[in-house]
Amino acid sequence: MALPEQKQDATHARVSALSLPAEGGWTRAARADALSRLNATGLPAPRDEYWRFTRPADLNAVEPPRAEPMDESDEPPLYEDLPALTVVFRDGVFDADASDELALEGVEISRLGAVQDADIHWAREVYGQLEARGQDPVTRPFAALNTAFATDGILIHATGRAARPINIAYLHEDAASDPILHHVVKVDDSASVTVLETGAVGARFNTVMEADIAGGGTLHHVRSQGRNRERRANTHTFARLGARSVFKSFTLSLNGALTRNEHVVEFQGDDAVAHVAGAAIGDGRIAPMHHDDTVFVTHDAVNCESRQVFKKVLKNGALGVFQGKILVRPGAQKTDGYQISQALLLDGDSQFLAKPELEIYADDVACSHGSTTGAIDDDMLFYLRARGVPERRATDLLVLAFLAETLAEIEDEQIAEALRQRLENWLDRHAD
Amino acid sequence: MLEIKNLHVKLEEEDKQILKGVDLTVEAGKVHAIMGPNGSGKSTLSYVLSGREGYEVTEGEATLLGQDILEMEPEERAAAGMFLAFQYPVEIPGVGNMTFMRTAVNAQRKARGEAEMSSADFLKEVRAKAKEMQIDADMLKRPVNVGFSGGEKKRNEILQMAMLAPKLCIMDETDSGLDVDAMKLVANGVNALRAPDRGFLVITHYQRLLDHIQPDVVHIMSDGRIVKTGGPDLALEVEKNGYTDILKENA
Ligand SMILES: Nc1ncnc2c1ncn2[C@@H]1O[C@H](COP(=O)(O)OP(=O)(O)O)[C@@H](O)[C@H]1O
Ligand SMILES: [Mg+2]
Repeated sequence: MALPEQKQDATHARVSALSLPAEGGWTRAARADALSRLNATGLPAPRDEYWRFTRPADLNAVEPPRAEPMDESDEPPLYEDLPALTVVFRDGVFDADASDELALEGVEISRLGAVQDADIHWAREVYGQLEARGQDPVTRPFAALNTAFATDGILIHATGRAARPINIAYLHEDAASDPILHHVVKVDDSASVTVLETGAVGARFNTVMEADIAGGGTLHHVRSQGRNRERRANTHTFARLGARSVFKSFTLSLNGALTRNEHVVEFQGDDAVAHVAGAAIGDGRIAPMHHDDTVFVTHDAVNCESRQVFKKVLKNGALGVFQGKILVRPGAQKTDGYQISQALLLDGDSQFLAKPELEIYADDVACSHGSTTGAIDDDMLFYLRARGVPERRATDLLVLAFLAETLAEIEDEQIAEALRQRLENWLDRHAD
Repeated sequence: MLEIKNLHVKLEEEDKQILKGVDLTVEAGKVHAIMGPNGSGKSTLSYVLSGREGYEVTEGEATLLGQDILEMEPEERAAAGMFLAFQYPVEIPGVGNMTFMRTAVNAQRKARGEAEMSSADFLKEVRAKAKEMQIDADMLKRPVNVGFSGGEKKRNEILQMAMLAPKLCIMDETDSGLDVDAMKLVANGVNALRAPDRGFLVITHYQRLLDHIQPDVVHIMSDGRIVKTGGPDLALEVEKNGYTDILKENA
């Protein structure tokens, strides 16, 4: 099937401005494959089924729209007290001086940017592979673009219990930066690791994380995307779950002119558990806010549990999008699939567009989905105020209460509390 | 303490008059009871006094300790000493009961220019008072009123009242849905709060709560007005004969 000319042109223009790394090493084949996938599907157009609510123009553009870095020094660094191994990327460029040594008990860590140094067999089996699987039945052109052109990323191989969390800390300093980073996480049988991503990656950024979790393995992923108002973010998380494995992923998004976070989860082994959750909050008064969570969960094994919990708080014309699908393949009996997407609109200008989907080809399953859009509950607000809590504070309490169900998906209480505090601080800054 | 004069209230959204000239004075140290058939306007009176939206005062006035309260925000009224124990306490998922109470206590203190209560002091006090109301640690930790039984919700209201130590306590059908033991517990909680500088307005359907909380004055409300005022005997008369006779003689 030939691509429409417009798509061909847009894709050609974008790809021409990028270059495959000269030292492709073991990634070369995967990158070439990804590029042909991208050329076959083309970049998204506004009429594509999963791009109707989010305009792809800013992501398609050859030149990234400028985004001034945000001064976040009024808050202490996130996870200050957490004993994490920190890896720093400054506008997508690895900063060795600011990073800890890439050595941790229970884990092998290396960098995608250092592929020429060694042929990392385990990573070769994952890099671009989960992304490629995730292109069907819904294409994800920016993920293919990422696999082809990623300049760096972290390769994490958990062989045992990681002694500490790994924090991928992003710093955004250049208003025209356009980083493309690709992380790979492989968790062995019975191994476990926590991977954090913290901060805005760049002015416009494209990140992919591929997570291959073997039987009995556990990956906890917690991401905080920073406060930058002008950023254009496009991220993909691909997870493949073996038997009895556990994957939990949480994302906090504050502000953002354009954020599109895609999650693609595939159950391959029985009795596995995957929870993906997100909290987003935005105020369109100072800058536009558009936040899109697009999730695709495929059950292809018996007795697996998936949960999708996504909530957004939208104010002054902020716009939220949720597209979530649970696909239960034939034979995936005893599937327990749950999906909830909710928006709290703090005024009449804001909007939430939701597209929840269930597609089930097995008969012995329990799947449910729900989507709601609502305002602050007047009865709750009055009850709080009647006890003396001022309106502003009462509203904030109700906003935090609304988001609490998403934070509850974070396993580590200390991390959850740190993010809850970020939300409190955001509410303090947006009191009017 | 509380003075209500010729209070007329209609619904904001509809042309429906609910209170049609209420006159009522509650003195410090006294317990006033309001009885009356369903739909006579008792809850509306309690909501208008505590500042709920949706009502429009078309005539009359209400003051608490000399301050005009009708123009005040609900939180300002609370800080001035007004407390309403809700007929239907609201469930608030995601807000811990303890957090809620500490936020309320300290917000009121702040509004009055007083020092906030330390976490340790608050914890000590709330634990002691919860124990008196037979509210266990689990109920303090759970989200406000979520999963509470009817009786637990009402006991939780009295606990909040004890923690906030208001000047005027309005209780709207706090006895409904309570068994005898729970009613005694609630009554004991209320009686423990009786003080020379505190007034009570107890709205109830039945005499039985008034067996445990002895009122000084009893009012009968009907169709948006106080139609009869008397001593504790009036409640007994209602209990025995119902409202029909009283309403007829005042028609
Ligand atoms: N928000 C409202 N909307 C419509 N009707 C109301 C509202 N509040 C009160 N009413 C009406 O006002 C009257 C008095 O109600 P209420 O104050 O609840 O009485 P009571 O507490 O004595 O049973 C009733 O007829 C009731 O239906
Ligand atoms: Mg009532």
